[in-house]
Amino acid sequence: MEVVQIQRTLMDYTKSLFMEGLLDSQFLQLQQLQDESNPDFVVEVVSLFFDDSEKLLNELTIALDQPSVDFKKVDSYVHQLKGSSSSIGAQRVKNACVAFRNFCQVQNIEGCLTCLQQVKQEYYLVKNKLETLFRLEQQIVTSGGSIPMIEMGF
Amino acid sequence: MDSCNCIEPQWPPDDLLMKYQYISDFFIALAYFSIPLELIYFVKKSAVFPYRWVLVQFGAFIVLCGATHLINLWTSTMHSRTVAMVMTTAKVFTAAVSCITALLLVHIIPDLLSVKTREMFLKNKAAELDREMGLIRTQEETGRHVRMLTHEIRSTLDRHTILKTTLVELGRTLALEECALWMPTRAGLELQLSYTLRQQNPVGYTVPIHLPVINQVFSSSHAVKISPNCPVASIHPSGKYTPGEVVAVRVPLLHLSDFQINDWPELSTKRYALMVLMLPLDSARQWRVHELELVEVVADQVAVALSHAAILEESMRARDLLMEQNVALDMARREAETAIRARNDFLAVMNHEMRTPMHAIIALSSLLQETELTPEQRLMVETILKSSNLLSTLINDVLDLSRLEDGSLQLDLGTFNLYAVFKEVLNLIKPIVSVKKLHVSLNLAPDLPEYAVGDEKRLMQTILNVVGNAVKFSKDGSISITAFVAKAELLRDSQTSEFFPVPGDNHFYLRVQVKDSGIGVSPQDIPKLFTKFAQTQSTATRNSGGTGLGLAICKRFVNLMEGHIWIESEGLGKGCTAIFMVKLGIPERLNEPELAFMPKVPPNHGPTAFPGLKVLVMDENGVSRKVTKGLLVHLGCDVTMVSSSEECLRVVSNEHKVVFMDACVPGMDGYEIAVRIHEKFTKRHERPIIVALTGNTDKVTKENCMRVGMDGVILKPVSLDKMRSVLSDLLEHRVLFEAI
Repeated sequence: MEVVQIQRTLMDYTKSLFMEGLLDSQFLQLQQLQDESNPDFVVEVVSLFFDDSEKLLNELTIALDQPSVDFKKVDSYVHQLKGSSSSIGAQRVKNACVAFRNFCQVQNIEGCLTCLQQVKQEYYLVKNKLETLFRLEQQIVTSGGSIPMIEMGF
Repeated sequence: MDSCNCIEPQWPPDDLLMKYQYISDFFIALAYFSIPLELIYFVKKSAVFPYRWVLVQFGAFIVLCGATHLINLWTSTMHSRTVAMVMTTAKVFTAAVSCITALLLVHIIPDLLSVKTREMFLKNKAAELDREMGLIRTQEETGRHVRMLTHEIRSTLDRHTILKTTLVELGRTLALEECALWMPTRAGLELQLSYTLRQQNPVGYTVPIHLPVINQVFSSSHAVKISPNCPVASIHPSGKYTPGEVVAVRVPLLHLSDFQINDWPELSTKRYALMVLMLPLDSARQWRVHELELVEVVADQVAVALSHAAILEESMRARDLLMEQNVALDMARREAETAIRARNDFLAVMNHEMRTPMHAIIALSSLLQETELTPEQRLMVETILKSSNLLSTLINDVLDLSRLEDGSLQLDLGTFNLYAVFKEVLNLIKPIVSVKKLHVSLNLAPDLPEYAVGDEKRLMQTILNVVGNAVKFSKDGSISITAFVAKAELLRDSQTSEFFPVPGDNHFYLRVQVKDSGIGVSPQDIPKLFTKFAQTQSTATRNSGGTGLGLAICKRFVNLMEGHIWIESEGLGKGCTAIFMVKLGIPERLNEPELAFMPKVPPNHGPTAFPGLKVLVMDENGVSRKVTKGLLVHLGCDVTMVSSSEECLRVVSNEHKVVFMDACVPGMDGYEIAVRIHEKFTKRHERPIIVALTGNTDKVTKENCMRVGMDGVILKPVSLDKMRSVLSDLLEHRVLFEAI
């Protein structure tokens, strides 16, 4: 059956995301919180994450473009981004943010710019993947199937 | 005829006598007049003349005498009455003055004489003082010499330098002919000539120590004059000259242990060196007292200096020894570290490199098994599988053992089905058992809990190993496995008295006995069973393979599980019983299936939902706020969200049971809010529980939270189970302090 195919694809895809380290167990937590009373919880949270992150990344680009960089502000933005990414389990984004913060603390502009690039990269990557994931889920739901729960038994 | 005298013409020319009288009188008068003048002149010159008054009198007397004689010049011839008058007056005066002077002189002359005596006396005194001065000077010089000598001797800590310097300086100070030092030999029976002043390299003359002259010197603390002919003194060839006087003094060789606090050591049992000093040849010099004193003092100083040198040598030697030991230890430590590092590297490599292919082989072989195979192929695959399983077990065993030795192995605790473990073991040994035609019976006590908390994998490994050994060493017969909960009475009859298991509320001791009727173990081999790589050398075991590690590993696992394992056997051929006890935890009732990737968290009890619990969440970050809200809503709470500290303070009321706040919020930080909340709600039961959500739980953060009165700290990101357990803990105890 098609639904089974799509379900299997979804499973494999999700598994791959975990294997590659893009997502961590926090994402599973989010999935667990989704139930009948809250059917779109994950999508809502992730969309909120996307909006927040776009804003933060813009602010960061502007702040680092200034002639005299306000590292405190930059640090606070990165801190926010780190918090959001760790809340939804975007592991690689979070790690990039941690590195970013280190450079902020030593006030290394070059390092900060490099890290910003990296954070953006990771963010767009995870955004892409999550959007694909949601599309697959959408397909399953429209075909009448149910989204399978992931069991992580390594 | 010659009347150059110009005197009175009435001069009778033949009266020569008169003429001579005349001249004499004149000269007398002259003398008489000039003597006082001289006296006055010289007394005026000299400063000291006590008797001026006498002088005046004497002067008067002389002048008058002179006058008399002068007047005589006129009275020798015819003279007038005036002249006679003058003459008489003068004579009268002269008489008076002479008498007075005579009388006075009686007074004065004794005085003058006594002056002389006093002068003699003073001269004697001066001579005596000079002598004393000379003595003092010599003494002071001696003192200076001693100080200088001492300084020279003490300025070095090298024994040879000390002794050589002593001899040189003494020789110089006292202008000696020869100076020598005789040291006692190791055996203490002879004195050996060690140092001399003049001769550069004294040949090893020795002299027996018990000569009477030497004893005499050793028994006195003073310098003793000895004969130049005695053997110790005949070091310097004197040839035809008469040898100078010789003096010998003892030099005590003090040992560190000789020094007591209050008194000088008794010198009766000590060793002495002998210092011999010879005055120059052919001189009449004698040893003076002060010189002897000097020699004695120097000898004492030398003794002290030598002991200092000895102490120094001792401590230097000890220090060198310590340094060598340090270096050796350091080297050994470095070698050990290198060895450990090499071993760890090796293990790390082994671990990964060897396991990976093993797993691949096993996994693929088992997959292969699932496919369509011809019977021969199936047999081959099964053999491959079995062999690789064996190899994998072997690798794991060795690696496990090394990790166990290291102490780095930790148990993976989790809840598992105890009954299932035993069943699994049975399944695993079923093939061999059926081949060997052994009979296996499993007996699980009815009070044995179905679920337990512990390391399932390792417990199974232990049981499997023990049962496997039973099977391995039995050719036929039966094996019985019994498992039950160890009770207190039974605990006392365990074989060793060191093991005192104490059952408690949330744990129990599982006791497993595996009895077989196989070849058994002889009593003297029993202690060796658990040592690794050691196997009993009976022929039956030699072809059963295995590394001998099994029981050693089991013992370590059992120890990790706070238990004990031992084997009882009545002897060879009489079978044996392996018994072990391990501590397992009693699980709480499970309500929800656990997520398999979090084995460390024991499942918790209590309500799974907190219906209607009013909770306030403050977080500036929208995403994490939404996630936290989602968590709490899922648990059934009634969640109010605020995004700033001011709003939080505004909204918080005593209806809210718990306040979750993000600890690092710009503006008013989380700590301040906690303080404000404390201020707002003074009564404890009205105040909501305050919990901080933070990204780091280092000591400083925790201390700060405690300081401001927070009830708990949670590390973000929070999982569902963590939140659940945190809430239940909080509501139950009203305080949690840490949840990671």
